[in-house]
Amino acid sequence: MEPVAVVGVGMTAMRRERRKDGYADLVYEAVCLALEDAGMTIDQVDNVVTVSNDFFDGRTISSMAIQDACGSYDKNVSTVEGDGTFGAFYGLMRILSGSFGTTLVCAHHKGSESEMALITNAMFDPIYERFLGVEAITSSALQARAYMDKYGVTEEDCALVSVKNHGNAFRNPVAQLPLELTVEEVMASPYVAEPLKVLDCCPISDGASAVILASAERAAKITDKPVWVRGVAHCCDAYHLGDRDLSDVRALQYAARKAYSMAGISDPRQEIDLVELYDAFTYMELMWLEGLGFCDPGDGGKLTASGATALDGKIPVNPSGGCLSGHPVLVAGLNRIIECVLQLRGDAGERQVDGVRAAVAHGVNGPCGQSHCVWVLGGER
Amino acid sequence: MAEERKELIKLESGEAEQPFCWSAGVYGSKFLTELRDNKRFVGVKCPKCGKVYVPPRNVCGPCFAELTELVPVSDEGEIVTFTVVSFGFVDPSTGKQKPVPYGYAVIKLDGADTYILHYLDETDPQKIKVGARVKAVFEEERTGSMLDVKHFTLLER
Ligand SMILES: [Zn+2]
Repeated sequence: MEPVAVVGVGMTAMRRERRKDGYADLVYEAVCLALEDAGMTIDQVDNVVTVSNDFFDGRTISSMAIQDACGSYDKNVSTVEGDGTFGAFYGLMRILSGSFGTTLVCAHHKGSESEMALITNAMFDPIYERFLGVEAITSSALQARAYMDKYGVTEEDCALVSVKNHGNAFRNPVAQLPLELTVEEVMASPYVAEPLKVLDCCPISDGASAVILASAERAAKITDKPVWVRGVAHCCDAYHLGDRDLSDVRALQYAARKAYSMAGISDPRQEIDLVELYDAFTYMELMWLEGLGFCDPGDGGKLTASGATALDGKIPVNPSGGCLSGHPVLVAGLNRIIECVLQLRGDAGERQVDGVRAAVAHGVNGPCGQSHCVWVLGGER
Repeated sequence: MAEERKELIKLESGEAEQPFCWSAGVYGSKFLTELRDNKRFVGVKCPKCGKVYVPPRNVCGPCFAELTELVPVSDEGEIVTFTVVSFGFVDPSTGKQKPVPYGYAVIKLDGADTYILHYLDETDPQKIKVGARVKAVFEEERTGSMLDVKHFTLLER
């Protein structure tokens, strides 16, 4: 792959409700922050990819309604309806096509303006599943049970993730939900859909983010701290939950293997220094760690209990606080990439991890991690 | 001069609906009419790999082969995974909130290779096990929908 770099990142603060801000306000804020971070003007952006979802926005072609705020006026703009990691993937491809030297990728979401359960219910099949009331939490509870039952993972194992990620959020000024918790407090929080409790679940959030990608030639002119895309891949499992073994992370394993192979990584446990993954629910961090190859299947709880994934551990996971500490849907994947970029550049402030040379960012699309996108980012090409 | 009022306005979408009407397709229609008229489940079998899909559809994803052979499957099966839902939200099919808690499961019907989602008539998670046997309980009044099955009942308690 021709080298492509992340040259600028920007994210708004994530909050339960950013009442003052409409979509366009959030997008403009994130885009301006990314441009400022890159030291660029909007004229230097060759094309734009916007990421949004029509159901969440309550309007069709939601991606086009922020055209002025994202800076795509008189530019080539295209759209992705899916997680931000997939939007960034498309932005990367547009540079690799040779047609553009830079791509601005932005994503927005306001969970405060709609009914989350009704919208996530609508991602399921309208003939066979939707009328049975399944939505994001119920489907994830089914997956959590399948995974925990298969490997003997406990609710306490999952609670460790909540304690760690909410704790990390104290060092991230844009995080929505820093919490000082104990495993006992997580265990004592009420069930939402057994085995998931309130403190196993991500919050509803408002927020927007933007990332600027550039070819090597353009990156050299823009920044002296480029973060390089060393490998990236995605893979999709079946749509119907009933067609999948929900305890299985096949699609993630495939995407990770492919991304590692592109990046020349043979042993992620030794060669990756930091991970930002899509922890919409606590059990997901354990499952995704296994799928990404950081431990054997079923050992995610043990790895977490060992302290290896803590901020000062061998392989810090979600130093930003993760989705558990702020979850604007779609934006969340871009946020995973942004945290890796900040960490690789040494710009992560109070939560800076020492000596990060290679980091993995991970996003999901579809119910229960139907599709996974894995990015390997590095300070060197 | 009057004092400046600072308020942040939000507009509601109102009562307008966005109705849809989805085709169930030929096999889906057969599946739903069998539920409605005969309290039976049918699936469709892949000619290449032999996998039986319930509910039926037209293509086997892994083989990318067209599915044509309808086969009967049982109204009994086993629990693949489950949850007990304690939060309520408005059921899009009825416009009413379903009373909580309620049992929910992924179920493998005997003779099928894929699973369906449905309600369980048990709400104590301690009494539900992965692998437990279940049987469909049908509604008296059936309309040709997944809700023609009231819920699945545990065969052993
Ligand atoms: Zn087949």
